Amino acid sequence: MLDQIRDLYQEVVFDHNRNPRNFRVMEDANRKIEGFNPLCGDRITLYAKVIDGKIEDVSFQGSGCAISTASASLMTEIVKGQTEQEAEQLFDLFHRITTGKNGDEVNLEELGKLAVLAGVRAYPARVKCATLAWHSLQSALKNDGETVSTE
Amino acid sequence: MNQPQPRFDLAKARADFPILSQTINRHPLVYLDNAASTHKPRAVIDRIRKVYEEDYSNVHRGVHTLSQRCTDLFESAREKVQTLLNARHSHEIIFVRGTTEAINLVAQSYGRKNVGPGDEILITAMEHHSNIVPWQMLCEQTGASLKVAPISLTGELLMDEFAGLLSDRTRLVSVTHMSNALGTINPVEQIIAQAHARGIPVLLDGAQSAPHMTVDVQALDCDFYAFSGHKLYGPSGIGVLYGKESLLTAMPPWQGGGDMIRRVTFEKTEYNELPYKFEAGTPNIADTIALGAAIDYVNILGIDAIAEHEHHLLAYATEQALKIPELKIIGTAGHKGAILSFTLDRIHPHDIGTLLDQLGIAIRAGHHCAMPVMDFFEVPATARASFGLYNTFEEVDILMDGIRQVIKMFG
Repeated sequence: MLDQIRDLYQEVVFDHNRNPRNFRVMEDANRKIEGFNPLCGDRITLYAKVIDGKIEDVSFQGSGCAISTASASLMTEIVKGQTEQEAEQLFDLFHRITTGKNGDEVNLEELGKLAVLAGVRAYPARVKCATLAWHSLQSALKNDGETVSTE
Repeated sequence: MNQPQPRFDLAKARADFPILSQTINRHPLVYLDNAASTHKPRAVIDRIRKVYEEDYSNVHRGVHTLSQRCTDLFESAREKVQTLLNARHSHEIIFVRGTTEAINLVAQSYGRKNVGPGDEILITAMEHHSNIVPWQMLCEQTGASLKVAPISLTGELLMDEFAGLLSDRTRLVSVTHMSNALGTINPVEQIIAQAHARGIPVLLDGAQSAPHMTVDVQALDCDFYAFSGHKLYGPSGIGVLYGKESLLTAMPPWQGGGDMIRRVTFEKTEYNELPYKFEAGTPNIADTIALGAAIDYVNILGIDAIAEHEHHLLAYATEQALKIPELKIIGTAGHKGAILSFTLDRIHPHDIGTLLDQLGIAIRAGHHCAMPVMDFFEVPATARASFGLYNTFEEVDILMDGIRQVIKMFG
């Protein structure tokens, strides 16, 4: 009966929720930021090591729903090794897809693995779960050093 | 299934609520978010329409027929609230937007006048944000401090600790009658007796209790009592502050404007009498009148009969929930209202909420505007099923089946 929601809760999401990648404290991070979704209480601490404009390492800690955990996990896998600029572009793309603005025009292939989260578009109440990690990353790259909130 | 039947006609009552007869995601709606807000019976919806179609005008001002008629309807709603709460006087009933505004009114009017540096306000660890933040604001404005009486792991107020926190500096005790996050019904008689023994007034946050039990403010002897219409099958945007006449009379107005004055000159303004002193500006006329219709509706079914039915639903839901090993109930007080707050092993409440919604089941997932309660139980959030007069035992079964499906899906 719950099969119709498989567009959002795909096996990849369950996999990353059960075994989140890069789920650790990074002792030598040069960027660290607390992300918070006050609506549901999701908290994330994002760590990054950025050297010469390149994301050498990225990791996270925290507690959240399956969507936010899987999104953070997938994000860390993908942006590791990218330049700040590349990560920024990917964030823009991801944001456009998840919020559905002109989403239909976006080529899902560009998103690669992240495409599994495109289904969140149909569940507006959950978009912030999917974007929390990305908002945190964006702030970390800008080195704002403050708590980010999705509100 | 042989469950106790309510003393009212449940099928007929359900039919009174037009919104219930719809499907959500191809399943019949199972609405279990009544602690957040309840649905409205046809009588309330029709009353709002009738106000605007036949009776509407501004109140307390005009000499024309409609103004008089509308004023009479508005004031009769006040009398209905008076009867509902068994207040001594109808002018002890102040119309506000909701419980939140009622508490802010007391904080800013009673509080600003009676609370000073070094004084204390006492609340509990199970309060809704609306019974925390107005007091923090008052403390910041006056130099007073906020004291918080702790709770146990079952979600019950620790009465010895509460008594120990009452001091010569305590200026007001403000506690929830029934916790929205845990369902706990507080021993308010005892709380009031202990506070009064020291001459300290008590405010009861009745947002959850008004819809689910008989409230007699004279028998309780509480000094203030606040509730919201929208949780009592009435419209949103209308609520009530009850206050004892002696306290309200001594309190300064909160907002200035029309209706709350007797005479205005540029040198001095003379304030109106109770309750108008606290009702500046044109009130929420139609919704106030419709709140009266909601009270009539509840009275026809009988608040005791409603409470009894909800109690049976909670008992059944609790019994069924305990059969699910992955489920943990948050809030296991001996005396509870019809709220089942729970968590599932390794499944975040937001995922539970989204997945149950796919089955047409509406529950609340989150911190329930009670973040300190979540911190105490060391959970980021809970899932909460809360029952109203129109819920059925079959809906409890649907919920439990849905929870099992969610657990299965997460594997």
